[in-house]
Amino acid sequence: MGFYTEPAFFILLAVVVVIAAILGIAEKPLHKYGLAASVVMLALLFSESIPSLVFLLCYLAYSFALERFVERLFRADNPRKVALYRVALAAQIAPLFVYKVGVLFDPGFLGFIGISYITFKSVQVLIEVRDGLIERVSAWHYLYFLVFFPTFTSGPIMRSRAFEKDLETPLSRDEYLTRLYRGTGWFVLGALYKYVGASLASWLMWFGPAAIGGSTTGAYVAAQLVYGFAYGLYLFFDFAGYSHMAVGAGFALGVEVPRNFRAPFLAIDIKDFWDRWHITLSHWLRDFVFMRFTSAALDHSWFKSTLTAACIGFVINMVLMGCWHGLTVEYLFYGLYHGVLLAACEAFQRTSGFYKKHRKERWFKVCSWAVTMIAVFYGFALFGGQAFHPIAV
Amino acid sequence: MAHEDLDQKIVDLLVDLTGEEELGEYRDVDLFEEEVLDSLGAIEVLVAIKQQFGVSIAPTELEREEMNSVNKIIERVRERL
Repeated sequence: MGFYTEPAFFILLAVVVVIAAILGIAEKPLHKYGLAASVVMLALLFSESIPSLVFLLCYLAYSFALERFVERLFRADNPRKVALYRVALAAQIAPLFVYKVGVLFDPGFLGFIGISYITFKSVQVLIEVRDGLIERVSAWHYLYFLVFFPTFTSGPIMRSRAFEKDLETPLSRDEYLTRLYRGTGWFVLGALYKYVGASLASWLMWFGPAAIGGSTTGAYVAAQLVYGFAYGLYLFFDFAGYSHMAVGAGFALGVEVPRNFRAPFLAIDIKDFWDRWHITLSHWLRDFVFMRFTSAALDHSWFKSTLTAACIGFVINMVLMGCWHGLTVEYLFYGLYHGVLLAACEAFQRTSGFYKKHRKERWFKVCSWAVTMIAVFYGFALFGGQAFHPIAV
Repeated sequence: MAHEDLDQKIVDLLVDLTGEEELGEYRDVDLFEEEVLDSLGAIEVLVAIKQQFGVSIAPTELEREEMNSVNKIIERVRERL
């Protein structure tokens, strides 16, 4: 059973939400029910692939063992704690790494749906145990965090401390109803995005270029542009639609799932874009890769200037983002491209007198928005492969 | 270290990093809203605090609104000394 794609999922989701609403309105705790519902939903998700289910179960046990190991290292103030923590962190990333390399050689390489997203969650817990922000996570909170079904397959990427706070804060009837009401709004909006917006964009992708017709260079370029534009819209409506539905389902279970998209096509520069597009992914990478790399670079004076450190940080951050999508040429270029764009944007904003003088003026914002959108849509063409293999017209 | 000394040292550190000489006079102003600090500036502040006071603040430890003014930054350092 595919999540958010098959009628069976939506029917079961409706049943899960109705029971959650009855419990929520009666002010009963929702989270043990949420965990049970997640176990049932995941069992159905993996019902057609028992090897994947076994892999997932092993992954959960393995991650929990690593989490406890790192907790103990820091609680006992083990003298080799930093080195052992690094080994544990590498071990936590290893299953995803092996899977991503494995599928390059064999598309049927054993993995499980959601392995990319669950890795962000388990890694975040380890890093924050090391930072001293997590002292002790309860076994069932940890398990529920990893298997929480509304966001299991494709995010939004939640953070464990916010999740635990939600579990530990009982909701009054009014608070639950407010959450359910907001969640319903998100869900309906998401469904409209995915089933109306994405369908229209998909229609434009396939019929727009054909409708242009003609065999001139102009017609060829126009067809590529229409396809690229429609593909970008399709990516947005499809993924933002899914994400909004996941937020809505999470709210119905009493959990404040973070928002993943915020009007990305209004971004006036590329940094602004990444604060609006796949927000939980870009903020995760910002917090756990970019900021840490840049802090270490400044602390140990690896580079001459802060700007150089930041620019290299942006490139590393986004190349890693590309690798996470998949170890293919398209995704690696997509990551590198966005890393270079972010670095160029930062350098321009920090050093250009022209920018500092005009950045608040309306004409400058409009031009900056237009340039950003061209860059963003070209990025989508890299991501989808059109930039490498133009569509046949 | 006396409170006033610490406060002054942190103000000096922020003035050095941002180039805003008057910062000490506006200790409750939102530094992000006024564009005195941005994300990269915040990283520089955290690194400088670590180097000068030995206080490590992890990037995900604080929300932006917990360290968005001179006084809040002073408070966060004091809590950890």
